[in-house]
Amino acid sequence: MTTTLPRALRRSARSEERSSGGRARFWTYGLLLAFAAGSAFPFYWSFLVASRDASILTDKVPPLLPGGNFLANAQRVFDSVPFWKALGNSVVVSGTVTLTTVLFSTLAGFAFAKLRFCGRVGLFLFVVATLAVPTQLGIIPLYLAMSELGWAGGLQAVIVPNLVTAVGVFWMRQYTVEAVPFELVEAARVDGCSMIRVFWHVVLPAVRPAAAFLGMFTFMTSWNDFLWPLVVLDADNPTVQLALERLQSGFYVDYSLVLAGTTLAAVPVLVVFLLLGRHIVAGIMQGAVKG
Amino acid sequence: MAADTRQSPAPAPVREPGRPPRQVWRDRLTHWDYKASPYLYIAPFFLVFAVVGLFPLLYTGYLSLFDRDLLDDSPTFVGLGNYLDLVGDEQFWKSLVNTLSIFLLSTVPQITIAVGLAALLNTRLRAPTGWRISVLLPYVASLVALGIIFANLFGPQYGLVNGVLETLGLDRVDWQADRFSSHAAIAVMVNWRWTGYNALIVLAAMQAIPKDLHEAATVDGAGAFRRFRSITLPLLRPTLIFVVVTSTIGGLQVFTEPKLFDAMPGSNNGGAANQFQTVTLYMYQSAFETQQLGYASAIAWVLFLVIIVIALVNFLLTRRLADSGGDR
Repeated sequence: MTTTLPRALRRSARSEERSSGGRARFWTYGLLLAFAAGSAFPFYWSFLVASRDASILTDKVPPLLPGGNFLANAQRVFDSVPFWKALGNSVVVSGTVTLTTVLFSTLAGFAFAKLRFCGRVGLFLFVVATLAVPTQLGIIPLYLAMSELGWAGGLQAVIVPNLVTAVGVFWMRQYTVEAVPFELVEAARVDGCSMIRVFWHVVLPAVRPAAAFLGMFTFMTSWNDFLWPLVVLDADNPTVQLALERLQSGFYVDYSLVLAGTTLAAVPVLVVFLLLGRHIVAGIMQGAVKG
Repeated sequence: MAADTRQSPAPAPVREPGRPPRQVWRDRLTHWDYKASPYLYIAPFFLVFAVVGLFPLLYTGYLSLFDRDLLDDSPTFVGLGNYLDLVGDEQFWKSLVNTLSIFLLSTVPQITIAVGLAALLNTRLRAPTGWRISVLLPYVASLVALGIIFANLFGPQYGLVNGVLETLGLDRVDWQADRFSSHAAIAVMVNWRWTGYNALIVLAAMQAIPKDLHEAATVDGAGAFRRFRSITLPLLRPTLIFVVVTSTIGGLQVFTEPKLFDAMPGSNNGGAANQFQTVTLYMYQSAFETQQLGYASAIAWVLFLVIIVIALVNFLLTRRLADSGGDR
């Protein structure tokens, strides 16, 4: 709540020296290693089962090294469900939702942080209050509305409700307050910039790190979303998560097939995470300090 | 300077006698831009919220007063009938108890472990970012994948967990069939996914605690545990409240984990005897399987109220708990 974000960013690299905790002892590393192993294990197990045949599950002592059947099992995933289509749908949905959420949240965050207008404080408090509304409980009328519009079954039914979120607006507003000086906005205005050009040339470059984090966060949330797509989409036009669920809902669950599916579905997100992990960690921690 | 510029008004569209009309038009445009832009920028959020947040919530309340079939468009008004039915509905009470039980089994250990894990991460580690990334890893797993993987691990016959139990000379557990153990297994899924995430939030709050507080306490002879209880815990209060309230709102809506944990795939029953059906799962089943939209809406509204009440109780409780730590 007291740290300014750009400074927090610079400092996070050196947080080792600033840490208020004590020395790390050997058992600290031991415990952390156990946590790390526990975190990674289900992913590994899923790959392990996917790379063998179903007999792995009946073995008394399961083998700990992957076998050579992964590609064959993956091929069966593509044969059993429209997995390419699901991947394409998920990319379209998550990509669109990410773009619009970042754009609209950044615009609204800029307005709430740097512009003066009637009702600014009240409207912002309203945004904060909506954070607590469990939107998942509104799916029934939403479904009726989508059927009425003829959107049920189409990707727009999944995209439109997620165009922008309260979390996004709140996060961008908090960041913009400290990242953009009033003088900069005012100077650009005096030079004759229109509001949207101020946003584009002054605000957007200054809030890029926060926007990038919001983008990653939104993408992952959207990629993993399940309940609403389950309600509104059909089995022949699924997202990745729906395709996975469908793999599992046969009468007999073939786990080397199903877990090949979960492994395939996890790969894109895992790659993003391993590449950008340090920014995601930094983003979550900054968000926490801002409270 | 900042305060002055912030309040400087927009260039007013004053019509000066000598000015060309084009200039006036431009001024007017600028003025309009200045006045309207903020509303334009915040409009998308309010529009989307009105359509997918506010309207559905209110309309759910309205629908809950009707008997309405999913396909049939002629609802009958039944007043509070659905709510009265709900009071006498054993399955509803069962799902409510299941939800609360899973919620307790997941929230309490999760936050305790998260605080401990944060304390570990707060020591002077080599490669601190690497460790943080490693505990956040579960966060990227989708709930569906998570449900599938854990349903496999907790499988009654060939599940790895039972295999390990047997190797250790313990009895196997039928994780899906038994009520309490199914709740425990689902809580393990929830905890696995969220503990690391919450640990990072707590860690951020720990690092915001001024170092000299700890140094002063050490000089006064306070041990590590004492310092943790009397300095760290009270100062974590706002963060803990935040974590508890957000996990309440999320935890009481648990849906995907119990749905995929079911040994009968695709089922919405939450086990043969509804032993792990949660309220959200019951709502989903009522709306889209048995197609009683009015009844399902009543379930949604009751859950909404339950969430608000429990979130408030947790808010007050966390405040007091962290407070009493500070008094000692």
